[in-house]
Amino acid sequence: MGELKLMKGNEAIAEAAIRAGVDAYFGYPITPQSEVIEYLMAEKPYETTGMVVLQAESEVAAINMVYGAAGTGKKAMTSSSSPGISLKQEGISYMAGAELPCVIVNVVRGGPGLGTIQPSQADYFQAVKGGGHGDYHMIVLAPASVQEMADFVTKGFDLAFKYRTPVMILSDGLIGQMMEKVIMPEHTPRWTDEEIIEKWPWATTGKPGSRERNIITSLDLDSGRQEQHNIHLQKKYKEIHENEIEFEEFMCDDADYLFVAYGSSARIAQKAIKLGREKGIKAGLLRPITLYPFPAEAIHRLAKQVKGILSLELSAGQMVEDIRLSVGCDIKVEHFGRMGGIIHSPAEALQALEDKIIGG
Amino acid sequence: MKEEVLSDIINVENLVYKKTPLMTDNILSYCPGCGHGTAHRITMEVLEELGVWKDTIGIAPVGCSVLAYEFMNVDMQQAAHGRAPALATGIKRCWPHKVVFTYQGDGDLAAIGTAETIHACNRGENIVIIFVNNGIYGMTGGQMAPTTLPGMKSSTSPYGRDVHIMGNPLKITELVAELPGVRSVTRQAVHTPGNVRKAKRAIRKAFENQLKYKEGLNFVEIVSNCNSGWKMTPVHSNKWMEENMFPYFPLGDIKVDGEIVNK
Ligand SMILES: Cc1ncc(C[n+]2csc(CCOP(=O)(O)OP(=O)(O)O)c2C)c(N)n1
Repeated sequence: MGELKLMKGNEAIAEAAIRAGVDAYFGYPITPQSEVIEYLMAEKPYETTGMVVLQAESEVAAINMVYGAAGTGKKAMTSSSSPGISLKQEGISYMAGAELPCVIVNVVRGGPGLGTIQPSQADYFQAVKGGGHGDYHMIVLAPASVQEMADFVTKGFDLAFKYRTPVMILSDGLIGQMMEKVIMPEHTPRWTDEEIIEKWPWATTGKPGSRERNIITSLDLDSGRQEQHNIHLQKKYKEIHENEIEFEEFMCDDADYLFVAYGSSARIAQKAIKLGREKGIKAGLLRPITLYPFPAEAIHRLAKQVKGILSLELSAGQMVEDIRLSVGCDIKVEHFGRMGGIIHSPAEALQALEDKIIGG
Repeated sequence: MKEEVLSDIINVENLVYKKTPLMTDNILSYCPGCGHGTAHRITMEVLEELGVWKDTIGIAPVGCSVLAYEFMNVDMQQAAHGRAPALATGIKRCWPHKVVFTYQGDGDLAAIGTAETIHACNRGENIVIIFVNNGIYGMTGGQMAPTTLPGMKSSTSPYGRDVHIMGNPLKITELVAELPGVRSVTRQAVHTPGNVRKAKRAIRKAFENQLKYKEGLNFVEIVSNCNSGWKMTPVHSNKWMEENMFPYFPLGDIKVDGEIVNK
């Protein structure tokens, strides 16, 4: 049994990273996620586990430091918030192309542009559709509690190395800043250099006489081979779809109506459902835990049971597009969400269900 | 020459030079006359002579030398344009006992990657940077580089670089020499046998520094030609380089053991 602590979501990410045996964190301060690097700098894991913590000159540099470290088989991660994540997109695309494992945390704030420092879920498209250039996807995990912030660090690295792909933890300013009870995992030691060399034969750890040189690159100027590489990536994404979809159902058994919501909006939807049930409205919640791969089949199944679906997101409506692609039948699918850093209340969410789905 | 005589000469005892096994047999993608190939070779010879190639990780840039990993027979990573020093930072911080170097052109190092260059230097990352300055964007077809000389023509300065509009050439090497994180800075060339020998000694010194001192970045600029981009014959481009590039980018050591020696 791990240790019970009261922490902010951002701190939980940092503490979990130390405990998960992460080798390196590279970041650049931005609200509302600066506690990640602040916590790491205060904890000085370089003196205990040997984890490298470095404040980079920019998010661009930070993601490329992650690239370098990941290319040597190390567990490397970075975190940022929306504007900083935009800057990382080139590096993420390169890592997807070069098939490098890493974990990237986005504690989303309102946009576009410099936007606001308040919570938002408006980076959904950027996270699940690729974000940078080229045909690629990241695995995207959506924590809805401080506990999941901690748990998804280990889970993220497991998936990243299993598939040799960047993994994003798509959080938001609410989950990042709020304090909750969290059970911290036991310490897992960092891999030794020898373990890395054995586990990851592709890593650039220095070429012994016994093997060909290892090359980490996303470049292949031969179109035929580049197409083959793309086909290989697409196969990998298909495999991820087959194996890694995760979601949670809440009060769906008897539901007439369905909320689909992730992260902080899922928490709000749960409360809205309870308020609704007091009034005799039987709604349930499907909470995607993986946003990529998206739980399309679960939504498809529930769409046959319910009379309508409301996508609740802190945005103008992004995930709602994927829900519409999933339902496959003629029921109402609408979106409700506040923007610009305003958080919808459970009462507002329930009202939206009544207006847009039940009454509409 | 009679056949017997030739075979007498070609034997192991008379061997004075051989290609380092740290250069692959892949055909170089560089234009005939370009300095990149020589810069590659002497870098690899140094790693062979120092006996550290098994523990070396190199980083190729975006530019003509993007395919350096096809030619350098050590573990290599290919970086996004300008980001090689960040990759090197990530690698060296995680594997402090490995030998790490970047190999970059002037557009890569002194334009798009200026921040990464300056900050890796300023942090004193314990790496070697080999900076090939050919005054132009070779790979993309001869556009103006941060190091294109005043008045010099390129496809994006077709009437010559007008410093009032396009700014002055950036002496990034002198700039990084000022930073306390940098242990050694030198500027070399590889267009004559004498210069090749000197450049190789300088590269060797840079790697020796990395091995000996656990701190400090070692920076080697190689002023080189781009006969295709400059639209000259190889011979003419080397002469032009001596007459025009060297006065602006004078050869020699700039910083030795943390002290500026030549301003
Ligand atoms: C982000 C990005 N911008 C632009 C380019 C296009 N590009 C490729 S190489 C290059 C210039 C390289 O010049 P330099 O670094 O001087 O090296 P050289 O080719 O002369 O050796 C540019 C602009 C790119 N690949 N990536």
